[in-house]
Amino acid sequence: MSQSLTTVAYLGAAILFILSLGGLSNPETSRRGNLFGMVGMALAVLATVFGPGVSPSGIAWIVGALVIGGAIGLYAAKVVKMTQMPELVALMHSLVGLAACLVGFASYVDTSLPLEGAEKTIHEVEIYVGILIGAVTFSGSLIAFGKLNGRIGGKPLLLPARHWLNLAALLVVIWFGRAFLNAPDVQSGMLPLVVMTVIALLFGIHMVMAIGGADMPVVVSMLNSYSGWAAAATGFMLSNDLLIVTGALVGSSGAILSYIMCNAMNRNFISVIAGGFGSGGGKPAAAAGGAAAEPQGEVVPVSAAEAAEMLREAKNVIIVPGYGMAVAQAQHTVFEITQTLREKGVNVRFGIHPVAGRMPGHMNVLLAEAKVPYDIVFEMDELNDDFPDTDVAIVIGANDIVNPAAQDDPSSPIAGMPVLEVWKARTSIVMKRSMASGYAGVDNPLFYKDNNRMLFGDAKKMLDEVLAALKG
Amino acid sequence: MTSGASTETAAPTPQRIGVPRETFPGEKRVATVPDVVTKLVKLGFGVVVQAGAGAQADIGDDDYREAGADIAASATELWSGCDIVFKVRPPTPDEVALMHEGQTLIGFVWPAQNPALMEQLAAKKVTVLAIDCLPRTLSRAQKMDALTSTAGVSGYRAVIEAANAFGRFFNGQITAAGKVPPAKVFIAGAGVAGLAAIGAAASLGAIVRANDTRAEVADQVVSLGGEFVKVDYEEEGSGGGGYAKVMSEGFQAAQRDMYAQQAREVDIIITTALIPGKPAPRLITAEMVRSMKPGSVIVDMAAEQGGNCELTVPGEAVVRHGVTIIGYTDLASRMARQSSTLYATNLFRLSEELCKTKDGVIHVNMDDDAIRGLTVIKDGEITWPAPPLAPAAPRPAPKPAAAVAEKKGGSHGHGSTGPLPARTLAIIFAVGALAFWFVGAYAPAAFLGHFTVFVLACFIGYMVVWNVTPALHTPLMSVTNAISSIIAIGALVQIAPPAAGSLGRPDGLILWLAFAALVLTAVNMFGGFAVTRRMLAMFRK
Repeated sequence: MSQSLTTVAYLGAAILFILSLGGLSNPETSRRGNLFGMVGMALAVLATVFGPGVSPSGIAWIVGALVIGGAIGLYAAKVVKMTQMPELVALMHSLVGLAACLVGFASYVDTSLPLEGAEKTIHEVEIYVGILIGAVTFSGSLIAFGKLNGRIGGKPLLLPARHWLNLAALLVVIWFGRAFLNAPDVQSGMLPLVVMTVIALLFGIHMVMAIGGADMPVVVSMLNSYSGWAAAATGFMLSNDLLIVTGALVGSSGAILSYIMCNAMNRNFISVIAGGFGSGGGKPAAAAGGAAAEPQGEVVPVSAAEAAEMLREAKNVIIVPGYGMAVAQAQHTVFEITQTLREKGVNVRFGIHPVAGRMPGHMNVLLAEAKVPYDIVFEMDELNDDFPDTDVAIVIGANDIVNPAAQDDPSSPIAGMPVLEVWKARTSIVMKRSMASGYAGVDNPLFYKDNNRMLFGDAKKMLDEVLAALKG
Repeated sequence: MTSGASTETAAPTPQRIGVPRETFPGEKRVATVPDVVTKLVKLGFGVVVQAGAGAQADIGDDDYREAGADIAASATELWSGCDIVFKVRPPTPDEVALMHEGQTLIGFVWPAQNPALMEQLAAKKVTVLAIDCLPRTLSRAQKMDALTSTAGVSGYRAVIEAANAFGRFFNGQITAAGKVPPAKVFIAGAGVAGLAAIGAAASLGAIVRANDTRAEVADQVVSLGGEFVKVDYEEEGSGGGGYAKVMSEGFQAAQRDMYAQQAREVDIIITTALIPGKPAPRLITAEMVRSMKPGSVIVDMAAEQGGNCELTVPGEAVVRHGVTIIGYTDLASRMARQSSTLYATNLFRLSEELCKTKDGVIHVNMDDDAIRGLTVIKDGEITWPAPPLAPAAPRPAPKPAAAVAEKKGGSHGHGSTGPLPARTLAIIFAVGALAFWFVGAYAPAAFLGHFTVFVLACFIGYMVVWNVTPALHTPLMSVTNAISSIIAIGALVQIAPPAAGSLGRPDGLILWLAFAALVLTAVNMFGGFAVTRRMLAMFRK
């Protein structure tokens, strides 16, 4: 296959990738969108393998690598639980980052490229930047993976003078960058490159360690973006337009998701990255909340049977799921309750907050797994106005996203964050394990409202009891 | 007299909503009720009701007055003294004559059936919102859907009328005086009216069966206590917009057999089959009526469109072959209080959408899908029919972010609704120009080609991703993840390039690095697409 044919195949692949993302605009077309992505990927790989860049002696290696990696990937995709999606995605981001690093190093030690002057400098800058982004993505994603599956605590790790540390790291990276560009040959350039890689890895670790559990959706989408930029940088390094286009698509996709997530929490991107939110120690809450936000009223606990009774008498029910539902694996029971209620003619809908769960759209995927039809699952903005007409709003394992303090209390740390207004429903039921505060470390005045009831216990167990009471 | 569009003046005068007495013969409904008057007043509107408007629905003028409405003595006084008119039936020529320029009319209009009325209204330079033109597939519009609420009342009433004409119990009973079998009711068409009828008949204790050409409503029929009767023929009957479509010849034959069989078995048939813009399908032939047991009842809810039963006389109840055939066309009006309350609430919800500022001035926002669909005449210009909504209504993506940005004073540019302030924009452009100049001045030509591709691709990504529905954000991440394994190409060209073996190239080292990179990306490539596929397969209606 000639160079020209390979190039047009790449163009076709790029178009297919764009169509693939475009297909996700609604669930009907999304399956085809995914298919477009697969076809595009197959096209790109085949065009490369049979193109001028690969000689036949490499084919065996390529097939071997694809078989090994493909088998691992397919196996992981098959066994992963939907509640573990954030972990899987984070882990996959780290693979892209690591691959970008490896390609970068391979490209640097490859002396067969005849480059001189400015072109050589640009090529080396591209390698340097590519490895930098790749390394940050790799270590950052690994830490995010650890945090998401609980191996590393959710609390942010705040080193003293951490902003100065980061700044120092940046300066060192720039200084070594100079040394790298001035290096006369590959051997003497290797030292600065390796030092930079180590610093980038440490920086990635430090950055994600400093970010609290509540900000995880932003982190996951940010790393998604980084993995795209890493691919784009690799494209520059290898002068490959397809890599550049694809990297830019993925990079901007992740960036937009981060932006949406930040908006949904009323936080700006810089402060999320700067870290420290959701320290769990209650420091911001105590300091800012003070006497003004001291919740008034009494907490009224109910039993599962009473909750079922309320549901049975309701006409309109809105269910607000949160991370607690994912942790308790309660989505299937939630669906059974939904089905039972719908059979009785109750209008049951779901209200999803953009940052519910640990990654964008996490709740939607869990509900879809439990076979909840997507036309009764609504976004926050779509049904926030309907709460006054709702008989019962059930909050399952969510806290900050239904906290009225975000609207009422300007001194609250989450003031201004858009929330689901469940307290406007005639009755709200909050399922929680205890009275502990959410990730933001803020007390929730909702629990003390007159029309609120608390159903304490593990979400799955409680929902099972509610279901039994409903059927009985 | 300011129309809704010109609200630029400093303190907008609240508009007055007028509710006339319905003049159509036999029409007992009224377009607002006292509870809703209170809510409209809270929205900032003034409300004026014609004397005696609610009398037929058992609502006195004093009730309206207590709720905060003014009472107008005559129709002339009412029509001339208000900016917005709420009506039930389409206006008569006399009523159109009372309208004045800039006035807004909200009510049933049926523009397809009433072209002459549309011309008259347009000539009056008024704005008309036809509640019957509401895009029903928008979930947001359901609270305004007066067709649905009216149909629900009619369906209920149809069962009550049938029970009235039927000489037996609906529920089965075992009494000292003997055993009474339950009545069997067959309901043709499980739309809103049909479903309401199923619910009502089932709660009276009858055995209820129902059929619809749209197979997907079977679950709903069952959920209301009915039994879904299938037609023994394969065809999909959804015609878009939540209505049924005309079916093929083969299907119709199979359907006729099914109806004939049901007619022989059941005591009561309620037909609700309608196809928009077409005469009602003939489902029950004279032959089938003859085969029914004496004393049976047919309620034909499609009587106004010609009837589903061949022997229906629109507007009347007649007895043919011993079967009472009820063809009332005013079933909703026969429950005037109930249907007025529901209709008034629908109009109130619409008013909320029209008056988001809550200052008593409506704004007909033609960019809003629901409002656009409703508006059939805008300031004297006929805007009906509205362009069809995109299938499954892919939502304008930046909505959630935009709403938030508005709350925050629109300080962020990305995807927000309003344009950026000129100063911010100028600064961004200046920084951009500087950056581009810098790149252009120092970078070699080869780099610029790639740079162009990169910048344009970023923009494409930006446009495409804003269209992704928030529900699919997780699949978006996993598919972009899979796509980013395109980095495999970088590894592929390093494994065994033609240049391998050239002077000083560490082939072995590169091979192993590239091999490792390829394994990693392959995990992502296959795993990412597979898991996305698995996820997307789960999304279902």
